[in-house]
Amino acid sequence: MPKVTYIEHNGTAHQVEVPVGLSVMRGAVNNGVPGIDADCGGECACATCHVYVDPAWLERIGVPEPGSMEASMLSFAAAAEPNSRLSCQITMSEALAGLVVRMPEGQH
Amino acid sequence: MDTYVNDAARNEAYSLPLDKIDVSNPQLYYNDTWYPYFERLRREDPVHYTPDSPYGPYWAVTKYRDMVKVEVNHKVFSSSDDLGGIRIDDPPKGMERPSFIRMDPPEHDEQRLVVSPTVAPGNLAKMESMIRERTCHVLDGLPRGEEFNWVDRVSIELTSMMLSTLFDYPIEQRRALIRWSEIAICDINAPDAPVRSEEDRFAELVKFTEHMNELWEDRAKRPPTFDIISILAHSERMNRMPLRERMGILILFLVGGNDTTRNSMSGGVWGLSRYPEEYAKVRADRGLIPGLIPEIVRWQTPVIHMRRTATEDAEIGGRAIKKGDKVVIWYISGNRDEDAIAEPNRLIADRARPREHVAFGFGIHRCLGNRLAELQLRILWEEILNRDLKIEVQDKPVYAYSNFLRSIKFLPVRLAA
Repeated sequence: MPKVTYIEHNGTAHQVEVPVGLSVMRGAVNNGVPGIDADCGGECACATCHVYVDPAWLERIGVPEPGSMEASMLSFAAAAEPNSRLSCQITMSEALAGLVVRMPEGQH
Repeated sequence: MDTYVNDAARNEAYSLPLDKIDVSNPQLYYNDTWYPYFERLRREDPVHYTPDSPYGPYWAVTKYRDMVKVEVNHKVFSSSDDLGGIRIDDPPKGMERPSFIRMDPPEHDEQRLVVSPTVAPGNLAKMESMIRERTCHVLDGLPRGEEFNWVDRVSIELTSMMLSTLFDYPIEQRRALIRWSEIAICDINAPDAPVRSEEDRFAELVKFTEHMNELWEDRAKRPPTFDIISILAHSERMNRMPLRERMGILILFLVGGNDTTRNSMSGGVWGLSRYPEEYAKVRADRGLIPGLIPEIVRWQTPVIHMRRTATEDAEIGGRAIKKGDKVVIWYISGNRDEDAIAEPNRLIADRARPREHVAFGFGIHRCLGNRLAELQLRILWEEILNRDLKIEVQDKPVYAYSNFLRSIKFLPVRLAA
């Protein structure tokens, strides 16, 4: 099963197996990884599963379409960066084995 | 099923013809008898058309999943004051008080981005120790062995101090902010309304805005800080807004910054007194506090509804919505929706996925201060538990006469001596 590394804002890393087809958000929540709140449960409606995608992975994962709901929600997240994504919108695949994401100071 | 209401309310809710059910009646919230009306609508007519109400015809969206769909579709379901705004009653003509909650993109986005640093995580971390100090002080000053109103002594006291910090307003005058907040949000037909007409309300809010203008001008001359007035005074986009827009943004922070959290502070005490076995769980395991806080917010649901207006023909839950229709999202019902939340009438301290509730709304208008609200509530419950306060609720709460805010006016309690 592919693994994802989630790095908390304080630097604590969590390596977790995430089944193909599941979202990166769900991978964190199901395994009790702190720092991803996911208030809306994966509807792209709250921006509380905000992560920074490791630059090495950004090209494979891509950025949200301009004008999309994800881009819109991310624009209101605190401390959004060009590599920001909502982890509920990243679906796990074999190609993403080894993905590294970092969490912001707080979800908002 | 947990029964909250007398048989009379239940009988009426189930015997009325469906098209006569009008959940906009503030009496339902004043008497706390809204439960069976929404229960019936969720089962029999989840996207319900009320052809005739004091606010005109409207759609009532009562199911959680339908609400999420409406909220994320802000292009079709507008919040704009030009179409009627965010409350079931349209803004009074010529006295509108626009702010970003009552706007669509791009104007909404521009304003929201200016003010959001006030309540962003970095700023909240700086506030935590101050909030804790105040909370300890308030709790330690409570009388023992005699009845008092929790709303006044704790909920209003703490949230009025928070407001004075958000506005960097003189803390000793904080109750003036509460009075203006009541004026801004009250139903003018409520038995205890502080103003009785929209004209009187507007006149008072002009006074409020002019009073705040003095602070605004003072902040403009000083280096920028994180309070909302300073942020506005230093924003090129917002520092020269006309009177009614200035009024709008100040009122949004005024009401949003206190009357919602206040009611979760009171509602949590009421809820945990109804479910002592749930409180016992938290006393035994402090690790439950992070989940207890969103559960209290869901159970209370401080904002009863939000309204949108359809900008084109659309469909919700199989019903055909016409361009121009008024669509009201009843958060209070979404948070009691059995298909989204198990045993929704119960306050459950260790609920699975407690963060998944609709009390903060979803989409671009989602509550800006939600993390500040949760921070204040978490500290309150941590400090209540640190003191192991035995809060004995003496009677059921008195609610406001309002179909917009589920406001608790009075909650008599006694602390064991």
